[in-house]
Amino acid sequence: MIPAFLRLGSSSTLVHLSPVDLVIIAFYFALVLAIGMYLKGRANTSEDFFLAGREMTAWIAGLSFLSANLGSLELMGWAASAYQYGILAAHWYWIGAIPSMVFLGLVMMPFYYISKTHSVPGYLKLRFGEPSRALSAICFAFMTVLMSGINMYSMALVMKVILGWDIHFSIWVSSITVAIYVALGGLRSAIFNEVLQFVLIWAGALLIPILGLVEAGGISGLRARVVANAGEAYVHMWGTMGSAADNPMGIHWTGIVFGLGAVIAMGYWTTDFLVVQRVLSAHNLRAAKMAPIIGAAFKMCVPFIVILPGLLGWAVLPFKLTGEDVAVATGGHSYNEVLPLMLARYCGPGLLGLGVTALIAGFMSGMAGNVSAFATVWTYDIYGALLHKNLSDEGQVRMGRWCTIVGVIVSIGTAYLVMQFHSIMDYVQALFSFFIAPLFGTVLLGMLWKRATKAGGFWGLLAGTLSSIGMWGWVKVDHSALRYIAMSPHAKDMAENMYRALWSGLICALVTVAVSLLTRPRPVEELKGLVYGATEIPHEEHVSLFHRPAFWGAVVLVIFVILQIIFW
Amino acid sequence: MSADTSHSRTISIWFFIGISLLVNGVVIFGAGVYELIQPPPPEVRVVLFHYHASVWWGAMLAALGGFYCRHFSPSRTNI
Repeated sequence: MIPAFLRLGSSSTLVHLSPVDLVIIAFYFALVLAIGMYLKGRANTSEDFFLAGREMTAWIAGLSFLSANLGSLELMGWAASAYQYGILAAHWYWIGAIPSMVFLGLVMMPFYYISKTHSVPGYLKLRFGEPSRALSAICFAFMTVLMSGINMYSMALVMKVILGWDIHFSIWVSSITVAIYVALGGLRSAIFNEVLQFVLIWAGALLIPILGLVEAGGISGLRARVVANAGEAYVHMWGTMGSAADNPMGIHWTGIVFGLGAVIAMGYWTTDFLVVQRVLSAHNLRAAKMAPIIGAAFKMCVPFIVILPGLLGWAVLPFKLTGEDVAVATGGHSYNEVLPLMLARYCGPGLLGLGVTALIAGFMSGMAGNVSAFATVWTYDIYGALLHKNLSDEGQVRMGRWCTIVGVIVSIGTAYLVMQFHSIMDYVQALFSFFIAPLFGTVLLGMLWKRATKAGGFWGLLAGTLSSIGMWGWVKVDHSALRYIAMSPHAKDMAENMYRALWSGLICALVTVAVSLLTRPRPVEELKGLVYGATEIPHEEHVSLFHRPAFWGAVVLVIFVILQIIFW
Repeated sequence: MSADTSHSRTISIWFFIGISLLVNGVVIFGAGVYELIQPPPPEVRVVLFHYHASVWWGAMLAALGGFYCRHFSPSRTNI
């Protein structure tokens, strides 16, 4: 007998699961729990629990690095954005990821790795002292539980809309599963499951673009249909960026290049500990440098399973999707449903189960990433640094396990709070720009400029964060302020996020430089292993060209440029 | 692609992935064959039903999973 909360075959849901589909979903849950149980015995020391023993290969660290980011918002949110804004949404995968991932691998990773830090706030402590660490750790912990809550809420909402599952059932079952496998096996378990989830996401989602392109008549057929149904602006990435009035996103190219590419993406991919933690688990420096580059290579392919289905929605669906409010008022479908609609269009029994499993896997990998990063930062940088300075190694592991469970419980509370917000995506973008953009300014100056001082780092970080929150509040109180922050009367909400990040990053850098020049610098000997120019980075002359991270980084960047030209 | 074999006695992640692909592939292939023998009514068929995606996609996943299970089997990669 099928439980009532699964409500198979309900006429109000987008897709109807068969028993075969449920078998596939149940098998997935059983497998991730089995992996957690199996790895329990491999997480006995703090190095094991929080950094997976620092023994992951470049491939595993790289796929995990990418998978931790492939959460609920990635799969559902960007497919919806592709329908809403056209191919412009691919900017978040290409210029909004590739250069920064390569930059992390080639420029920043040596300092993170050589300093032997356990976390990004830990690096700040070594470079700028305890106040900077405390500020960034508290901000990060706050952001992480909010993100985790958003992930949970998104997943539960999707399961409700697609399958008719009870929202509370989805939140609690997925949360408990994540809590069990992360608390048991620590980061190693999270990483193993993230790599598994990455493969399942591709196995479950890849058929949609393949069959969609067959139905649309190939790339040329897709393009012709999108132009006819949505407009020419939906198929150009850069051609309509000369003015905010010319493209569906209402953003000028400077916002994408400087706000998204140079600040938000750099901040997220190089200083968000959620993703950096995966790379720190690599077994040597070369693997740590290669991991983000491997991640970048796969990241370039993700639009195929996320952006393309959104565009295919314009080409093959017999009805038009609308915003959430209009959809609710008219009984139609919203942008957010484009991916499940495409799934239901092409996938029969079994394939549908795998597609839904791909969505659940995406949600759970995002949630596990947040929870494991939260446990690490709490244990090392808040509890161990501020509350209990002499915590033993065993105590750290115990705290990490409890913290994972507490983190999940707090996230559940956050999920219920998030239900009050209408636009989850904008909310997340706002959060990124509050904390991530200024943090990038601080870490970058810390790594590249020997003259940056402890006081400069702290006050720069604080000023950047406060200014970002201040700009956000200004627009909330007076929406006309958007034209000043985004520098255009045609700017829309998405543009505001890009420019706010840009300004807060610049404010952080300016304050850091100004305060540093007014305060006494640290002796160069103290900066060894932390700053460019004071650190000896191992050379790679002895390895062949094909084993050098710099070579593969260059290959990835060349492909990235070619993609921009093709989709100009 | 190398497996994480640096820590002896840890089963490779690729073996778990192999199990997942193999089981899912077999189930999907079976469902596809069943639909081939007993096709659903036209009004409930998915778009492009005549391509029988479940059959070839399921077979492909099962074959890939079988390869991973064998290549990264604990008896071959451990110790």
